[in-house]
Amino acid sequence: MVETSPFPADTEHVITARQVNFFYGATQALFDISMDIPGRRVTAFIGPSGCGKSTFLRIFNRMNDTIAGTRLEGDVRINGEDIYENGSNVVSLRRKVGMVFQKSNPFPKSIFDNVAYGPRIHGTKDRQELAEIVEKSLVRSALWDEVKDRLDTNAIGLSGGQQQRLCIARALAVGPEILLMDEPASALDPKSTIRIEDLIGELRNDYTIVIVTHNMQQAARISDYTAFFYEGRLVEFNPTKKIFTKPREKQTEDYITGRFG
Amino acid sequence: MWKDKAMRLLMLSAASTSIFLVVLIFIFLVKEAAPFALKPGLDALFDRQWIPVSFVQERYGILPLITGSALVTGLSMLFTIPLSVLGAIYIAEIASPVEREILKPFIELLASIPSVVLGFFGLVVLAPLIKTFFGLGTGLSALTGALLLTLMAIPTVISLSEDAIMSVPHAYKDASRALGASDLQTIFQVIIPAALPGIIAAIMLGTGRVIGETMAVLMVTGNSALMTWSPLAPVRTMTATIAAEMGEVSFGSLHYQALFWIGLVLLAVTFLLNIIAQRVLVRYGMMK
Amino acid sequence: MRRQYSEQIIYVLIRLVMYSIVLVIGYILFDIIRHGLPALSWEFVSQYPRKSGAEGGILPAIVGTLSLLVGTIAVALPLGICSAIYLSEYAEQNRFTDMIRLAIITLAGVPSIVYGLFGLGLFVLFLNFGTSILAGSLTLACMILPTIIVSSEEALRAVPRGYRDASLALGATKWETIRTNVLPYSLSGIITGSILGIGRAAGETAPILLTVAAFYLPRLPNSIFDQVMALPYHLYILATQHPEADKVLPLQYATALVLLLLVLGLSLGAIFIRIHFRKKYRW
Repeated sequence: MVETSPFPADTEHVITARQVNFFYGATQALFDISMDIPGRRVTAFIGPSGCGKSTFLRIFNRMNDTIAGTRLEGDVRINGEDIYENGSNVVSLRRKVGMVFQKSNPFPKSIFDNVAYGPRIHGTKDRQELAEIVEKSLVRSALWDEVKDRLDTNAIGLSGGQQQRLCIARALAVGPEILLMDEPASALDPKSTIRIEDLIGELRNDYTIVIVTHNMQQAARISDYTAFFYEGRLVEFNPTKKIFTKPREKQTEDYITGRFG
Repeated sequence: MWKDKAMRLLMLSAASTSIFLVVLIFIFLVKEAAPFALKPGLDALFDRQWIPVSFVQERYGILPLITGSALVTGLSMLFTIPLSVLGAIYIAEIASPVEREILKPFIELLASIPSVVLGFFGLVVLAPLIKTFFGLGTGLSALTGALLLTLMAIPTVISLSEDAIMSVPHAYKDASRALGASDLQTIFQVIIPAALPGIIAAIMLGTGRVIGETMAVLMVTGNSALMTWSPLAPVRTMTATIAAEMGEVSFGSLHYQALFWIGLVLLAVTFLLNIIAQRVLVRYGMMK
Repeated sequence: MRRQYSEQIIYVLIRLVMYSIVLVIGYILFDIIRHGLPALSWEFVSQYPRKSGAEGGILPAIVGTLSLLVGTIAVALPLGICSAIYLSEYAEQNRFTDMIRLAIITLAGVPSIVYGLFGLGLFVLFLNFGTSILAGSLTLACMILPTIIVSSEEALRAVPRGYRDASLALGATKWETIRTNVLPYSLSGIITGSILGIGRAAGETAPILLTVAAFYLPRLPNSIFDQVMALPYHLYILATQHPEADKVLPLQYATALVLLLLVLGLSLGAIFIRIHFRKKYRW
């Protein structure tokens, strides 16, 4: 049986999952996962490709709903609210739970319009107010200095690392509590990767961050807690330090020492 | 969220129109044609003569019109198939990239020439040529129509065949070349056989277009409803008959109903060709 | 060496086939331009026909064809784009979607004269629109609907999935996502495909023969319930039904040229739009 609470007693759990099973059509992708994710900490999901870590991540903002034929069993709560309850509002969930994708996907619009996109669809019309949100978000994502003179240019012209930070700014502009990151640096060069990791370090005190990564050094560098997934199951979930120094499970040890995967 | 649901419903109903339309087309053709089946009965359609206006005895046999369509279509495909397949091979396998970029739009250009313009060209340029060449009394013949239809079918068949050839995996080519086959051997012994289902589907879709084509054949085939298999004789196709006569019939008459029967036959034939072609494409994994 | 020699001959033959096709297309265009251009004038496109088309211009036919096109676009474009949005963004893989696709394939294969019969039966007679711009436009719209759906769906599907995901993840609803982050990027493709379909409608004769086209009507339409002349039908009439067909040959060529210019102009416009938008959105 997997321990579900490796945390200090006073930890506030923002996301709680109980006995989650997940299916793509007839194929089961996740098996009986229970997990509590602490607030204002960085939690990393690691494991070999196809282990279900991304699928699990996408459960928290219901992005799997967009794939036809998927089905979820179990109970997933954010701040105590069942996010899969009938009648629960996906739109307000996704305002609360932002997401950054593996492949940076800025819209082919101006930098300003990219960041302002979320606030606009949520009803902010005032240009002044939008400008403030855009500036604040770009400052937070450490992109402001690089783009402040060309907010009207197309975001497609930015470098890969800048594009990914723009996507982070875009997600922050909506004012989320939780930030899901699906291998946000896997397509970037080492220098840009470091910048993203530094950025995550700066955001950790204000946001609950869950990051999927296949890079174990990255998980070790940036996360407080690490969960190891294997073949759709949660094998071990512990403080990052413990996972990387004396993991409880043999499978975890084999994986982080590179004996498979 | 209600707006989201409303938009989904709107898009869904728009998409459903297509189903609705197919049903409507069928219903309205049957509705206008149906009384004929009761009186004089469907037997009358199998007469060997089409004489819808007569002082003696009207005859509504659509057989000569079917043979007319078959003759023109068959002749046309006889030209279309080799020309289009070789054309597709050229564009897909032989042409240089620059050549391809020029040839493809040019072929598309042919597809966009209205059929009445091609018919007009056939009437004033091609028919006199045929007349002189074969020493005929008139250049308006099945052959003239077939040649024009070839021009209309070529773009369809070339571009679909080219898709089929392009979809043959590169590995086949490499394997064949590695065995010492020349490029030409590779094309004819590996690529074409592998692309054959797609090419056959292309030919069927081209045939469907040719059977349904109206204006060009109406203008150049001479429009005599006689049963013949001679390419140089004037013939009358099903489509031309509807186009030429529908303007002059009184609505609801037997003649009017017979014309709708011709429409039903056309609909059935093109539908079958289309469906079989799609089946072939799906079966051999060539559907986009 | 012998084998290579015979292969060379076959290559030359295939090339010969390809270029004779090109030559024939070129000759047709050349012939129509050569004979049509001398007869083409401002008077020809701006005047009414006289003596049942033997003299004067083709203004009513041009206006008629253009009004048919406007009607066709007004019906087919919204319907086609919405259908494509459903198929690309909403449709799940089930029997109903299969049925829609089958219906579209079927519609694409229906001969144009059968659309004419259908339009006659439904719009002209059953709905009692009479032979009119309305009946003709609706018939043409049915005919080009599959073309517009197929090309629009292709354009929508070309938009990378990442844009949809990003927009949804920001809390946009599905429709907001489609409206702001799918449709704008696919617009060029949709317009290009639609214009090609509309070009087809402009040149078609068979569907309008029975539903709208007037033999000779030297005035402009007042309402959508009026009959009109149309360019392709006018050409057909001049070429085949005119008692002095040979005498009016220059007028026939000029009419053919105008029709050809209209259709090719639409195609060129489509290509231009495609290039223009490609610069704007790259991914």
